[in-house]
Amino acid sequence: MALYSEKVMDHFRNPRNVGVIENADGVGEVGNAKCGDIMRIYLKIDGDIISDVKFETFGCASAVASSSMATELIKGRPLSEAKALTNKAVAEALDGLPAYKMHCSVLAEEAILNAIGDYYTKHPEKADKSR
Amino acid sequence: MFIYADNAATTKMSAAAIAAMRPYIEDCWYNPSSLYSAGQRAKEAVETARAEVARCIGAEPREIIFTSGGSESDNQALLTAAEIGRKAGKRHIVSDAIEHHAVLHTLAKLEKDGFEVTYLPVGTDGVVRAAAVEAAIREDTCLVTVMYANNEIGTVQPIGEIGEICRRRGVLFHTDAVQAVGHVPVDVCADKVDMLSASAHKFRGPKGVGFLYVRRGVKPATLIEGGAQESGRRAGTENVAGIAATAAALKEAAANMAANAAKLTALRDRLIAGLAEIPHSALNGDAKRRLPSNVSFCFEGIEGESLLLMLDDMGICASSGSACTSGSLDPSHVLLAIGRVHDVAHGSLRLTLGEDATEEEVDYMISAVKEVVERLRGFSPVWRDLVSGKSEFIL
Ligand SMILES: Cc1ncc(COP(=O)(O)O)c(C=O)c1O
Ligand SMILES: [Zn+2]
Repeated sequence: MALYSEKVMDHFRNPRNVGVIENADGVGEVGNAKCGDIMRIYLKIDGDIISDVKFETFGCASAVASSSMATELIKGRPLSEAKALTNKAVAEALDGLPAYKMHCSVLAEEAILNAIGDYYTKHPEKADKSR
Repeated sequence: MFIYADNAATTKMSAAAIAAMRPYIEDCWYNPSSLYSAGQRAKEAVETARAEVARCIGAEPREIIFTSGGSESDNQALLTAAEIGRKAGKRHIVSDAIEHHAVLHTLAKLEKDGFEVTYLPVGTDGVVRAAAVEAAIREDTCLVTVMYANNEIGTVQPIGEIGEICRRRGVLFHTDAVQAVGHVPVDVCADKVDMLSASAHKFRGPKGVGFLYVRRGVKPATLIEGGAQESGRRAGTENVAGIAATAAALKEAAANMAANAAKLTALRDRLIAGLAEIPHSALNGDAKRRLPSNVSFCFEGIEGESLLLMLDDMGICASSGSACTSGSLDPSHVLLAIGRVHDVAHGSLRLTLGEDATEEEVDYMISAVKEVVERLRGFSPVWRDLVSGKSEFIL
């Protein structure tokens, strides 16, 4: 019995969108070393669209795969869609996660929200528009 | 390449153990409690095994109780001391911070039952100080329980010294020797041990069999009631084949102990030297006072589960004390006890060599770990912050 689905292992072995965006429009980080998973997400935003996204993750395979899948799901999508992304959707896209690993996928959702929040802080005019 | 480097988790049964098992599965499968001669032959197998096991640890046959393994032995030992303590009005126990959960959880249960437990700290070297044990013993201390060797970081404790102190102070002494028996010389008389736990699958015997040594004169508490087996100290029809295999495995391990230990110590030190080349890494536990097979490291900036899964892809079976591998949020209590902070403890790796390990395998593991650590650091935000100076290196 494998611990993780093939999809999780694929994203863990070949994570998509890993790296950094220099001068990113928004950066979000969640987690701490105490709990064992840390995720950082970088966004490049053109107009209303996430034109590029990169991530760095310190954590288990579930955390790495969730970050990878989450970035795939929001890349090229409008901010409104990215804001609505749930950890459940990320987990489903990965063909499921073990129950005790669900908390690792929550981090991806939160990191994206933080990155978008950071973007709005830097661009208050966009924040007004989005409300 | 496939390398099994998790021999502290379990070992491959030896050919001798498998061979010893067969007759009691195929031919002499009778109940040892039966009066007819076929049953008595099974009984004889159990008693022959008991004598062999006793000989290997310097005990008498009647001082050996066969159990279902290390966990049961630990439970029975602690409850035995608690029962004796209760009768004498003594409700204090001395233990330490790096025990196996089979001991720690049983102690927690006893605490709920009104016992008080002193958990001695260990040094950053992962070694319990005998003087601290001496200082912790009180008038109402009914038990000292300190493991022989640690399962995560491999440190070997000063059991002889602690035994000496306990004997002099008149306190029962139990040691969880699950990781030690069959690997380092264990002698219950020389070490002045009153109770000792062992598990067959850690020395190339079968899983689900172990034994508890209880010194003559100490009355064991029964965990399992219902029959007169094991002289009424542990009910249940004996696992004859498993018990025979346990004795065969231990006999072989004892016979080859010196040669295996010398070979493994050299390989262990080669592996330690190779992994120490990885920047910002550290060996866990004392470099010399450790089991011949155990290598335990922390690597800063990475997480253990990812490390294990990538090593698995490269054919290496290893283990880690990271939180995410255990399903809890906290990393190993052992790593925390030796002063590794959470950040660092999450990035731990344990490689435990088997007696058939080779230099070639060790070198392959060194290069594989180097490669994987580098890869994981390559996309770790923690590592980025360390390298950029945003946070400070600990290791
Ligand atoms: C130190 C120690 N004590 C107890 C045990 C439990 O042994 P068993 O698996 O035979 O119950 C283990 C095995 O993991 C161990 O390493
Ligand atoms: Zn995780």
